[in-house]
Amino acid sequence: MLTVRGAMVAFGRVIALDGVDLEVATGEVVAILGPSGCGKSTLLRAVAGLQPLEAGEVRWDGEDLAGLPVHRRDFGLMFQEHALFSHRDVAANVAFGLRMQKMDVAGRRRRVREVLGLVGLAGYQERQIATLSGGEAQRVALARSLAPEPRLLMLDEPLGSLDRPRREELTEELRILLRRIGVTVLHVTHDHDEAFAVADRVAVMQSGRIARIGTSADIWHDPGHASVARFLGHTNVVTVGEGGAVLWGRLSVPPGPVVLRSDAFRRVDDPSPGAVDTVTGIVTDARFRGDRFELTLRTAPGDVDLLVRDPHPAAAGERLSYAIDPAQIAALDAGGV
Amino acid sequence: MRRLAAALPVVLPALGVGAFMALFFAWPIGGVIARGLSGTSPASLLGEILGSGSHRSVIWFTVWQAAVSTVLTVAVALPAAGAVARLRFRGQRLVRALVTVPFVLPTVVVGAAFEGLFDRFGLAGGEGLSLRHTVWAILAAHVFFNYAVVLRTVGAHWANLDARVEDQARVLGASRFQVFRQVVLPRLAPSIAAASAIVYLFSFTSFGVVLILGGPARATIETEIYRYAIVRLDLSTAAALAVVQLAAVVALVAVSNALERRRAAIEPASTPAAAPRRRGPGLVANLAVMGVILGLPLAVLVERSLAAGLRGGYTLRNYTAMAERVNLLPDTALAALGNSLVFAAPAAALALLVGGAATLVVLRSGSRGARGLGRAFDVGLTLPLGTSAVTIGLGFLLVLNRPPIDIRTSVIVVPIAHALVGIPFVVRTLVPMLRTINPRVREAAAVLGASPRRVRREVDLRLAARGVAVGAGFAFAVSLGEFGATSFIPRRPETLTAPLALFRLLGTPGEALRGQAMALAVSLMALTAVAVFVMDMWGDSRRGAF
Repeated sequence: MLTVRGAMVAFGRVIALDGVDLEVATGEVVAILGPSGCGKSTLLRAVAGLQPLEAGEVRWDGEDLAGLPVHRRDFGLMFQEHALFSHRDVAANVAFGLRMQKMDVAGRRRRVREVLGLVGLAGYQERQIATLSGGEAQRVALARSLAPEPRLLMLDEPLGSLDRPRREELTEELRILLRRIGVTVLHVTHDHDEAFAVADRVAVMQSGRIARIGTSADIWHDPGHASVARFLGHTNVVTVGEGGAVLWGRLSVPPGPVVLRSDAFRRVDDPSPGAVDTVTGIVTDARFRGDRFELTLRTAPGDVDLLVRDPHPAAAGERLSYAIDPAQIAALDAGGV
Repeated sequence: MRRLAAALPVVLPALGVGAFMALFFAWPIGGVIARGLSGTSPASLLGEILGSGSHRSVIWFTVWQAAVSTVLTVAVALPAAGAVARLRFRGQRLVRALVTVPFVLPTVVVGAAFEGLFDRFGLAGGEGLSLRHTVWAILAAHVFFNYAVVLRTVGAHWANLDARVEDQARVLGASRFQVFRQVVLPRLAPSIAAASAIVYLFSFTSFGVVLILGGPARATIETEIYRYAIVRLDLSTAAALAVVQLAAVVALVAVSNALERRRAAIEPASTPAAAPRRRGPGLVANLAVMGVILGLPLAVLVERSLAAGLRGGYTLRNYTAMAERVNLLPDTALAALGNSLVFAAPAAALALLVGGAATLVVLRSGSRGARGLGRAFDVGLTLPLGTSAVTIGLGFLLVLNRPPIDIRTSVIVVPIAHALVGIPFVVRTLVPMLRTINPRVREAAAVLGASPRRVRREVDLRLAARGVAVGAGFAFAVSLGEFGATSFIPRRPETLTAPLALFRLLGTPGEALRGQAMALAVSLMALTAVAVFVMDMWGDSRRGAF
């Protein structure tokens, strides 16, 4: 089990890690989700031992790793730019960690074949790095990280350099693969779809701190902070006043900031005027998204722009009404809206 | 007709450069070759050279001292290249500018610095260890001189290597040393090879350093050419030796160019973001070693120039003595320094003019269907870089002996010879700088409505300005320190340059002369350092080595 406590790292005056606490159970996949520059890569480097901590500690199964140099931690780390050894072929890349473990030639050959098969690159042993496509290079990097059977596998934006279809395909493969081999994983990404798809638990990181941690569903339904909600794409953060008062009417929730997810709206044809948990407005913009429409609804009264997901067609200028499911309204922490 | 008009911007400068190089490079070198191969049968003199035991031992010494110099330089400079490439610390720019100083220092100043070092620490003979006139002195000076070549070439490549690949190897269980051996070194190999080739070439053709520090006992092909031509007045043997030297240099330049092309080909297109590294004891140790190797000889040189002689104490007497005549020299040391400055300005201007025109040919010929011409120029102009200055001096002595240009009477021979040595530096600075202009920048300017002429003015010229400044500074410094070719020009007060005066002062025993030599060396070093510093301030920090 990985335990990080009070991790602090600063680069000059820029604080990259501001007291990070995190636990990853053995066999668990935890995704660190956050915008670029939030410190998530620094956290990985600190766990790997590539970045010394100014304060705090990193432990594995209770043992403090402070004195253990990078190459003896038995961790795997895979970078976005795959960082392959361009002067060696695929087999030599994958075998590097095994060679460091002083595994014999036959053992290495066996393991390389096994791992390349695992990532879907059977027979690629003698290919030169320069001849690989982006997706193939990414798989080789993954194979190289997996080959020595690290006790913790860290993935830093592992799919970040790929185009979208390739990325979705590999996300799915990665999810299945990680489950199958049961390795402990710390997975850094800025893409919430990827994090939700791959991880058991997701930690949302902002400005060097972990703002929210929980299962994918927990985080999605109850982001906790307005900033987390916005990062996940929930733009409808509103403040509820005394008695549930909002600018366009009333909601049946206690006062304070709340988030109305765009999928919490259901179109109603003739609403009773002034009903609770109902909103009426003019569509100012409608965007086709394949399985749904995404609307910007300007409330009347109130002139609040809400983002609404609607399976039914709608066009700009239409006047529409929606019921909001009170069970889907998530209260946010009062601070830091 | 239209084709001719289109080709004009290439053909005109090509003709100009061609005429200059034919007159002042090809003709003198041709003269050397003709003289070297003359005799009863063309190869007889050459055969004599290669058959003679003493010449063979000179050639062998030239070969192995250059090899050992190269290995030592790489071994000493490699850790520093890593430290400067991978670590971030305050004063990095300053360190980068300072390490370049030894490389552009006149060879005679380097010779003087090491002589001063041996004087100061009692290594100059008498009782105890003596380093004077040993191969060790030559090797040490070559390491000092070429340190920056390795540091900058390898350092630039190193800084561009993706550090995450090394992190990856660490995570996979490689120790620091294993990472260096198995991941860093193989990737650095092309730039180490390219730097080694240059260092070998410089050590092979090194003249002033060997002449001063090697003394009469240690001779390379280069100093042997000088001794036969100037001391023994045997121009035929000198020319035959020069032919051997020329053949070796052509081969070495070919190897160097091939390695350089390989190095340039593997250079990554974009600089990956290097993760900030913490400075450690490695940095302190590296900077300390760098300080001792590069700083100590120069510090001692300054100290010696101020020393009042055997009784100790410090004085400015050595500097004031520079204004006084000594019998040894046709004019005062101060006048020699003045002459050097007077020659350096037209030499730099001429080098810029010819080098600039050559750059235009190299760059334009690609786009105008004259690729072959451009490549011929590119390679042809690196030949003078390798061709030893001594060979050029000998060639001048052999062919420029009639009016209008007579080496015995006309003064303009000096800046012409200096410009010839400076031209390759100008071309090598300008061509890569202009080549690295991202074509997208030009396209963007054009799309934004700039005419081709406007693009040249707003984009190319603006970026070329820096290259011109750097090239001019280089050519100026080269002229100030030029010794090999100038030493073939007959002695007259008006052609006495500071390096020539310094060489004579150093070669003559006597405490007062020694002191004056040190003062002159410091003055020459200061002038060169100013030229280099100005150059580095203007220099492109983006293209800068690290």
